[in-house]
Amino acid sequence: MDTESTHSGYSYHSSRSGRSNRHGERSRERHKASSSKDSSRSERSVIINPPDTPSQDSPVQNGEPLPGEPAPPAEHGDEAQDDNWGETTTAVTGTSELSLSQEEVVGLGKGTEDGVQTCRRYVPLALGLCVGLIVLATPLAFLVLPAMMWPDRLQACGAACEGLFLSISFKLLILILAVWALFLRPSRASLPRVCVFRGFLATLTLLLIMSYWLFYGVRILDAQDEDYHGIVQFAVSLVDSLLFVHYLAVVLLELRHLQPCYSVCVIRSTDGETRHYNVGQLSIQRAALSILEFYYRDFPLHNPALLSASKHRAAKHLAGLKVYNVDGSGPASTAGAQPGNGNASRAMVAAAAKRKDNTHNELYYEEADHERRVRKRRARLVVAVEEAFTHVRRMKKEDERAAPSDIMDVREAALAIFPSMARALQKYLRTTRRQHCHSMESIQKHLAFCLVNNMSPKAFLEAYLVPGPTLQYGPERWMADQWTLVSEASVTSSMKEGTEFALRCLDFSLAVTVKSIPYIRVTEEYVDPKSHKFTLLLQSETSV
Amino acid sequence: MYFVPGQPVTAVVQRIEIHKLRQGEHLILGFSIGGGIDQDPGQNPFSEDKTDKGIYVTRVTPGGPAEVADLRMGDKIMQVNGWDMTMVTHDQARKRLTKKNEKVVRLLVTRKSLEEAVKHSMTTYPKQ
Repeated sequence: MDTESTHSGYSYHSSRSGRSNRHGERSRERHKASSSKDSSRSERSVIINPPDTPSQDSPVQNGEPLPGEPAPPAEHGDEAQDDNWGETTTAVTGTSELSLSQEEVVGLGKGTEDGVQTCRRYVPLALGLCVGLIVLATPLAFLVLPAMMWPDRLQACGAACEGLFLSISFKLLILILAVWALFLRPSRASLPRVCVFRGFLATLTLLLIMSYWLFYGVRILDAQDEDYHGIVQFAVSLVDSLLFVHYLAVVLLELRHLQPCYSVCVIRSTDGETRHYNVGQLSIQRAALSILEFYYRDFPLHNPALLSASKHRAAKHLAGLKVYNVDGSGPASTAGAQPGNGNASRAMVAAAAKRKDNTHNELYYEEADHERRVRKRRARLVVAVEEAFTHVRRMKKEDERAAPSDIMDVREAALAIFPSMARALQKYLRTTRRQHCHSMESIQKHLAFCLVNNMSPKAFLEAYLVPGPTLQYGPERWMADQWTLVSEASVTSSMKEGTEFALRCLDFSLAVTVKSIPYIRVTEEYVDPKSHKFTLLLQSETSV
Repeated sequence: MYFVPGQPVTAVVQRIEIHKLRQGEHLILGFSIGGGIDQDPGQNPFSEDKTDKGIYVTRVTPGGPAEVADLRMGDKIMQVNGWDMTMVTHDQARKRLTKKNEKVVRLLVTRKSLEEAVKHSMTTYPKQ
């Protein structure tokens, strides 16, 4: 794939470079159905499609069609080209009037993405605000309109009526606060599809308000009802109904999730880290969101350096085998050239099984060796850190008389004792292949933090001996920014026993299985406290 | 020596006659007993069936009258002077063995090797 040539349609994920407009969590409630998700593509591959393929008509971003998205300008140039462009052109660089480099392509995508995403982020907020304004304005309108339209015929408002005014105002205040709390706050994540319940609640609210307006329009405005007390009661009943709908919203959106109902098992595909969580009744996308939050908290940082060894072994194993097809269907070729030849692969597997392989031996000794090396380095590190920590202590009363050059603040103290342990720490991290997780800056910062909190050397070291959870490291080390939910069932459907889905990111994926928590039957048994009686079992020996 | 509750116990027994030895003012037999219906049968190291609550010989003092009379460790005492020992408490057993006015005690004891010896002799010699 020539990355420097023009492109017609493209689809890609911006992961590491999409820093300014990502952070993965964006409020994005789509009101359109999305197509099924494609596999994620690396940012370095730009898919070039000839103009007649379907993907050009709807360029896909994050696996979904972007309706109304302005097509990138490069497309227009290509539409004028030949239909056989993809098949007949060999050297594409420089043949079209528009030729972009890799960076420009990425920058182009980002520009478009920005515009659409800002749009997307504010749509649900705007809708929420609209509904909120309608909710606020309607009861007030119910009250004000009669006073404006036929003030002379309106009956005066007695004490009970004015009490109802008070009640309306407080209920409206609570309703506004509640609506803000539930719907208008910035959401923490952007999910692929609209939450079914939010849509349902918005519809229900609008339906309710419309029916009230209908009733009001027919029975009160048209008939010009004079009973103001009745009108006020009507308005109060609307506010009550809205509060009940909000109560329903709280139950559907918040409370359903709390009672644990399913146990999900999350396995990381690269190193097999497994965790189990109890979640409530959620839709698949909401469950995916919870699982990702747990992922950042519980799973140790993904370290690709630890996986290379097994890949090397596998590659060595395969490299030793070559299959030649001598039966003469076409020119003789190796197995790689005939992917459809089942016989070749079967032969390879059989030969591999029979081959006397000593890789297990190598693995055993290599692991034992590595273990020993790590332990030795660790011992050196522990000693170095302990010695370093003995050189610094908190200033006490009597030290105030010491020379000012000896009194340091925490940053300087950290910098002073850091060099004595730096080498040992560096070597240890290199042996355990975690040196890319910790920069010198971060180590010094951590050291200062430990000194401020009077931690022991062991406490300081704990952060480096054990790989911590993903969230502890900065976002540049996560290797897990943009997540794709891959699921056979619709992502807004509820989880059930046996549901399986996967959360894919660039380097690895999390496979999730759902099991329901069993129905637990608990019976009681009363134990009388006086019933605890004991006898001694003896085995005595008597001599006669 | 399995027993079926409710059925009579059958066992191959050996008669052992022990003459008590005077030691100071006591008459001793020179062995120790363990077991009894008031004891924990599971802790008996000599019994085959761990629910057997019979009286077992746990120790034999070397050179004592019991050893002279060929009493061995691990023997189960079935009778003492005609009195049954399979269903007695530990204390009752002790009392039956240490009666002051008896100089001789005649025991019926059983052990695994007796049964095997009988079986062996039955198979070795042809039936006549």
